[in-house]
Amino acid sequence: MTTQTLEPGKPPELWHYGAEAHDVIAAKTLGFWLYMLSDALIFAGIFAAYGVLDHSMNTAGGPGEAQIVHPIAAFWQTIAVLTSVFAYSVATVALKHNYRQLVVLGILAAMLFGAIFLALEMLDFADLFAHGATPQVSGFLSAYFLLIATHGLHMAFGMLWLFVMLIQVIRFGLTTPVVAQLLNLRLFWQFQAAIWVCVYVFVYLKGAI
Amino acid sequence: MFVHLQGPYSFLFGRLTLAAIPYNNAIIQFAFVFAAIAALLVVAPVLYYRKIPYLFREWLTTVDHKKIGVMYIIVGLVMMFRGFFDGLMIRTQQVMADGPHSAGHLEAAHGYLPPSHFDQIYSSHGTIMIIFAATPILTGLGNIIVPLQIGARDMAFPTMNAISLWLTTVGAALIMASLFIGDFSTAGWVGLIPLTELDFSPSAGVDYWMWAIQISSVGTTLNAINVIATIITMRAPGMRWDRLPIFTWTTLSTSIIGLTSFPILGVALALLGADRYLGTHFYTAGLGGNLMLYTNLFWIWGHPEVYFLVLPAFGILSEVVPVFAEKPLFGYITMVAATFAIAGVSWLVWLHHFFTMGAGPKVNSFFSVATMAVGIPTGVKVFNWLFTLYRGRITFDTPMLWAAGALFLLLAGGLTGMMLAIPAINYMVHNSVFVVAHFHCMVLVIVYAIFAAVIFWFPKVFGFKLDERSGKWFFWCFTLGTLLVFTAMFGLGFMGETRRLDYLYDTDWFPALEIEEIGIGFYSLSCLLFGWMLFVSIRDRAKLKPVNDPWGKARTLEWLTRSPVPFYNFAVTPHVNTRDELTFRYLNHLSTEPDHFEAIHMPRNTPIPIIIGALAFGFGFGITWRIWWMTGLSLLGIIAVVIYRSFARDTGYHLSAEVMSQLEHEPPLGVIAESQFLSKRPLGGAGAH
Repeated sequence: MTTQTLEPGKPPELWHYGAEAHDVIAAKTLGFWLYMLSDALIFAGIFAAYGVLDHSMNTAGGPGEAQIVHPIAAFWQTIAVLTSVFAYSVATVALKHNYRQLVVLGILAAMLFGAIFLALEMLDFADLFAHGATPQVSGFLSAYFLLIATHGLHMAFGMLWLFVMLIQVIRFGLTTPVVAQLLNLRLFWQFQAAIWVCVYVFVYLKGAI
Repeated sequence: MFVHLQGPYSFLFGRLTLAAIPYNNAIIQFAFVFAAIAALLVVAPVLYYRKIPYLFREWLTTVDHKKIGVMYIIVGLVMMFRGFFDGLMIRTQQVMADGPHSAGHLEAAHGYLPPSHFDQIYSSHGTIMIIFAATPILTGLGNIIVPLQIGARDMAFPTMNAISLWLTTVGAALIMASLFIGDFSTAGWVGLIPLTELDFSPSAGVDYWMWAIQISSVGTTLNAINVIATIITMRAPGMRWDRLPIFTWTTLSTSIIGLTSFPILGVALALLGADRYLGTHFYTAGLGGNLMLYTNLFWIWGHPEVYFLVLPAFGILSEVVPVFAEKPLFGYITMVAATFAIAGVSWLVWLHHFFTMGAGPKVNSFFSVATMAVGIPTGVKVFNWLFTLYRGRITFDTPMLWAAGALFLLLAGGLTGMMLAIPAINYMVHNSVFVVAHFHCMVLVIVYAIFAAVIFWFPKVFGFKLDERSGKWFFWCFTLGTLLVFTAMFGLGFMGETRRLDYLYDTDWFPALEIEEIGIGFYSLSCLLFGWMLFVSIRDRAKLKPVNDPWGKARTLEWLTRSPVPFYNFAVTPHVNTRDELTFRYLNHLSTEPDHFEAIHMPRNTPIPIIIGALAFGFGFGITWRIWWMTGLSLLGIIAVVIYRSFARDTGYHLSAEVMSQLEHEPPLGVIAESQFLSKRPLGGAGAH
């Protein structure tokens, strides 16, 4: 009940007048961090499934991980995705200095290296398919392809988003909504690189040992 | 790439053929006539009074959190009625199909439902009640009340809020479509594996179940993001964390659970989808699949989902009990701590749904102890409510009756839950109707809290109270039904009746089954009484006191603004000084109305969310029947609409100080005051900026 007494000589403030403090970028950034949390849990679930099915019992006579992973080939994918993130970081630094041409250039470079990453992944898949290692062969291969493809799908959506932002930067300039989106895209793009590092360690490196 | 399917297939209609429509089934015919009459009763007045433009302008395209909440609750109540009807059919089948001499009707050997039809009914009963009734109603209540309780003007992302609503509605619509086009899953609401695999369930039923849940859970995840961002960034000045109303706290904790658990359900179902559509082997019985992977993933979502539902119910009780005891809530801090303790432990108990998996004594012991640990914070909550009631000035208005009923059910459900937490007992009663009776007590806590909340906050949204007399009849009739059905069911569980039986072999069960049937009769009567309560209340709405604080003793911020609440919530943002702000202002004779007004900014209505919803339905229906052109076009459509929306810049409008003053002194009539009429009529000062 103590909260309901009034301090003497100090009338309480009852209404809040003045400009409404709406920080658009802060709310959108928080919302996007929360979305990334749910995305992280999707990957957590898929990694867990991979962990369960990555067992000789689950290969059903098909190839195991040592036979299908190529850590050297995947190393070039790692370089591509990290370079793409670096290019986008350059765009973010340019954003800070309001240097629009460099933002456009950074996004273009990020798209280029993202495309190289996806192309390498498709070559890898095509090679495995050619050798008869398809997702339908065994529980292990199902988990392997789903994990890699889910990450690849995220990369593809990231590419689409990069393209949309390229147009928005050119059309609207560096306005508040565009900047809010660019910052969220940075989070998304770097997160995909972080996931790829996990994939590289848990699938390619662990598999090759 | 896609799996090879048995049966006819065409490019235009996929697997869908005329034979998929069960027009010759008497029960489906009845359901169709019933649904058609109900639809006619809704559509005819809309057409007669030419309200389609109004409906489209004010409701279908709205981004107002209160209207979205109301629509969530309407979807939830409609689905709850459908789910109840399934329950009625299950009970009637069991009482008719007891013993080898029980008669068979229609196409059934015993009772009136053949096994596959009965299986569809219990599967849809569970799926609907958990995911399409309880979840949307609680989400809707959170949508309406949370921004009001924290003194916000809307949610953090109003358009995304509407998208969440329409995705949930699409899920519900897919379930309803499965009634008349094709069939529904026969594998229970949990999707018993490997029964859900294509080899054992080749029809589109499992696909309906899977995609309905998948699409609506995207909506729930988006809503969770929205609620968390709203509570963190949109609180009124002075609304410190230690002043947040308990319902807002519980909605926050529930949204954290939703945000972190629904993605796991998404994964569990996506892997099942890969098995069914691409022929992979995640959960198949052979070729390196792992059945228990599904069961674990499902319950890693499934158990948090239970607390996702029950925590807002606890929040509702924490709001209703102090109002009708006329005392501040006892133990605010412990209540918040208990809420987050329950939310945290919810992640560590999933395995108690399948102790019989045989993971061994060490694993089972851990999950047993973790499950029992839930009792500690829950006990803290119960004692807090009791101490709030202790020496309070208790009045038994209808919301308080429902709250009191919920406490008794929590006791029954909680104590049987403690029994089930002990693996030795659990092995004995696993898959018996004892378990069914236990979790129905728990979900009825949620239902009781929902009715308490609907009746308690109804005047806040619509400006008049629901009729107390018929409301009390409704309560007692519903409670009698609850007691009869579930007391008998606990007994049947100990007598050895297992779950999901379309035929019962033991005639000794018959008396208890009859008691259950009488109970379900009272439930049916209470459905009619609910309708009668709405009818009487709407008829007598002028008499039912449209005042700001209809209960005369409300405590929290949502009652500071007018009832029915205007579309902008608060004309001037309130400054919060204490936990029970309204009681504080009453006791100290402080102003509850601002003396002057300033311009405010509001989000503009948009048809984008309902377009996304329509496309999501196209996606869900297309992929269920494997109509690939429809699936692909809908998915591309959704992506295109989202990109188009990202180019929109003029998404809000201003209301000037004069307009605000006019609105506050001559409030427009009608339900939760029409929002967009200002931008349509030359009232001055309004419109685009």
